[in-house]
Amino acid sequence: MQEHDLSFVRAEMVLAQAAPSRERGLTAWLRKNMFASVTDTILTLLGLFLIAWFLPGFLRWAFVDAQWTGADRTVCATASQGGVQPDGWSGACWAFVNAKFAQFMYGRYTLSERWRVDLTAILFVLLLVPLLIPRFPRKGLNAILLFLVFPFVAFFLLVGGYFGLRYVPTTEWGGLLVTMVLSIVGIAISLPFGIVLALGRRSQMPAIKLICVIFIEVVRGVPLVTVLFLASVMLPLFMPAGMTFDRFLRALVGVVLFASAYMAEVVRGGLQAMPKGQYEGADSLGLSYWQKMNLIILPQALKLVIPGIVNTFIGLFKDTSLVYIIGMFDLLGIVRQNFTDANWASAQTPMSGLLFAGFVFWIFCFGMSRYSIYMERRLDTGQRS
Amino acid sequence: MASQDTLHASDPARVSWMNDPKIRGIIFQVLVVAILSAAIYWIWGNTVENLRRANISSGYGFLNGRSGFDVSQSLIHFNADSTFGRALIVGLLNTVLVAVVGVITATILGFLIGIGRLSGNWLIAKICMIYVEIFRNIPPLLVIFFWYLGVLSVLPAPRDSIGLPFGSYLNSRGFFLPKAIWEEGAWLIPAALVVAIIAIFAIARWSYRRQMKTGQRFPVLLTALVLILGLPTLATLAAGVPFTFEYPQQGAFNLTGGSQIKPEFLSLYLALSFYTAAFIAEIVRAGILGVSRGQTEAANALGLRAGPTLRLVVVPQAMRIIIPPLTSQYLNLTKNSSLAVFVGYPDLVQIGQTTMNQTGQAIEVVSIWMLIYLGLSLSMSLFMNWFNDRMALVER
Repeated sequence: MQEHDLSFVRAEMVLAQAAPSRERGLTAWLRKNMFASVTDTILTLLGLFLIAWFLPGFLRWAFVDAQWTGADRTVCATASQGGVQPDGWSGACWAFVNAKFAQFMYGRYTLSERWRVDLTAILFVLLLVPLLIPRFPRKGLNAILLFLVFPFVAFFLLVGGYFGLRYVPTTEWGGLLVTMVLSIVGIAISLPFGIVLALGRRSQMPAIKLICVIFIEVVRGVPLVTVLFLASVMLPLFMPAGMTFDRFLRALVGVVLFASAYMAEVVRGGLQAMPKGQYEGADSLGLSYWQKMNLIILPQALKLVIPGIVNTFIGLFKDTSLVYIIGMFDLLGIVRQNFTDANWASAQTPMSGLLFAGFVFWIFCFGMSRYSIYMERRLDTGQRS
Repeated sequence: MASQDTLHASDPARVSWMNDPKIRGIIFQVLVVAILSAAIYWIWGNTVENLRRANISSGYGFLNGRSGFDVSQSLIHFNADSTFGRALIVGLLNTVLVAVVGVITATILGFLIGIGRLSGNWLIAKICMIYVEIFRNIPPLLVIFFWYLGVLSVLPAPRDSIGLPFGSYLNSRGFFLPKAIWEEGAWLIPAALVVAIIAIFAIARWSYRRQMKTGQRFPVLLTALVLILGLPTLATLAAGVPFTFEYPQQGAFNLTGGSQIKPEFLSLYLALSFYTAAFIAEIVRAGILGVSRGQTEAANALGLRAGPTLRLVVVPQAMRIIIPPLTSQYLNLTKNSSLAVFVGYPDLVQIGQTTMNQTGQAIEVVSIWMLIYLGLSLSMSLFMNWFNDRMALVER
């Protein structure tokens, strides 16, 4: 309408300017994430102090001053302790781990037969890895090979005594071999037991329910050490005179008893998470109890609790270190036992050996927990009722 | 309709009794119970036979026998002439001791680390994450050995003890602290402490009621601090400082005097606390993340600052998510205290094992273990359930 002079209003837009230098790049990130407030700054400084106090010393100990090779304890001891190092020296004794590595892996497994352990391990990895990767085809065949064929192959390979393989008694087993066999066999046996116990606990029949509840709660209420003692000192008492149990078998019985109670609770979680409609749908189709469970409920419930099963496995893997108490030498046990080896005893040996054992345990457990998180994410997409 | 009714009436049971789920259930249960009983009977027979062969008398009579061993650390008086029963009580007390201090330390550490993982401070969050990922993925036994063999046993010998503030020392035989020697009138101090605690409870109740009624708040925390520090101090001064400190003295081979915390206890306690703290941290993190973001935003909208938001809005709600899994972590810590047997800390299992070796009463000892641990688990979960009920949200 009117022709006002609007020259005090800008006619064209201002070009976008770059953010102020303190709002971008490293400085902004630092300001935002490490020095946002006074408290934050104090905390950051505290954290930096912690790192500066710990990390250089550790790196120096573990890498710079560490002894990687050597024949005996002299390389890891200072002059006053009867070694070759200058006084005041402190460094990791990887030479100890290096020298004992084979023992840490196989225990006292006969030297010439150790290829059998390697072969079993390779077979296991070859069968397990495709099963764990969801994209891989032929899951059914793979599972049959792993769960039905592999156990027999592994038994004949590890124990021997048939097909011209030398018999290797379990008393000679040790190290990572025992840790792996105990935890893998333990979890494989305890899964079916756990399923049965969980079904029993959810059963309508009072006697069955009571038995399962008592077993599960008693085992979950006591430490593994007492269960292992139960298996190791009481099992021989329970059997007819003259019947002896392999020590390894006793440890396995204890581990299975313990793990199946925990597994039962994991499986129960899956059973309870199933919508009621699944049970009722199966009933309305006229399926029998076992048909209902095998065809409808368990396949879904077990898939739901894969992360829980993996976590139980991680727990069991860590707990196998307790079989040391009944005279089995698992990885930690054999590392511990070697501290007393007069050839290698030095102030640095325990820390180096323990760090090595811890590293091995950590790699396995961390890997498994990552896998469990991955599966959880994968399974989370569909199943939300 | 009528014809259908008659159809049903004239057809009482088409299915044979064998297919009736009720009867099948009863038969199945009877069968299972019978098999279980037979197995127990068989085991019982074997056990009695085996015990007779080994000349071991069964029963709990051995508990009254003279133990003949000494215990390195005991809360109650114990020597070699005491009975096995008393030895097991010593063990139980030691188990409870390490469990209680472990639970307290692990809770504090776990909450700090759990909150630290959620901190906006990148460095702190990463440090806490690394801590959790390391300790969650190694066996607790390894942590115990780490402290016992890797750290405490390679400390200098008593001759070159590391001197710490307040006249305490650290060496390969443990941690030496000054010991307070109580004199006459010292009872006033604990009495004052008890009075202070009772007063704090009363004040907390009163202030809660007043806040509900009038909305006015009373600085309870500050008052509590003043009371709990002030009253005992006053009592100390009133009684004329009724104690002296006995400092550990550096001898030729060992430190004498003072009180000593043994490396066995120290390593077990540190390991259990550090290990369990990682799990508690994860629980705390999940609990805080479980409180919906709207709660924080609403609190901010009301003008609450970050501290009060956390203390008054987020944490009370997060506690409801945290307590149940926290209970099972406490139970785990208590059960993991049985790892004491690996370093020779005289807990229930270690003393039980010694008893077992001396008397051969394996069944009795294992049964005592199981009963006591079950009792501990049960009482702890009862207590935590009670606590949980109190903390639970009261829906209006």
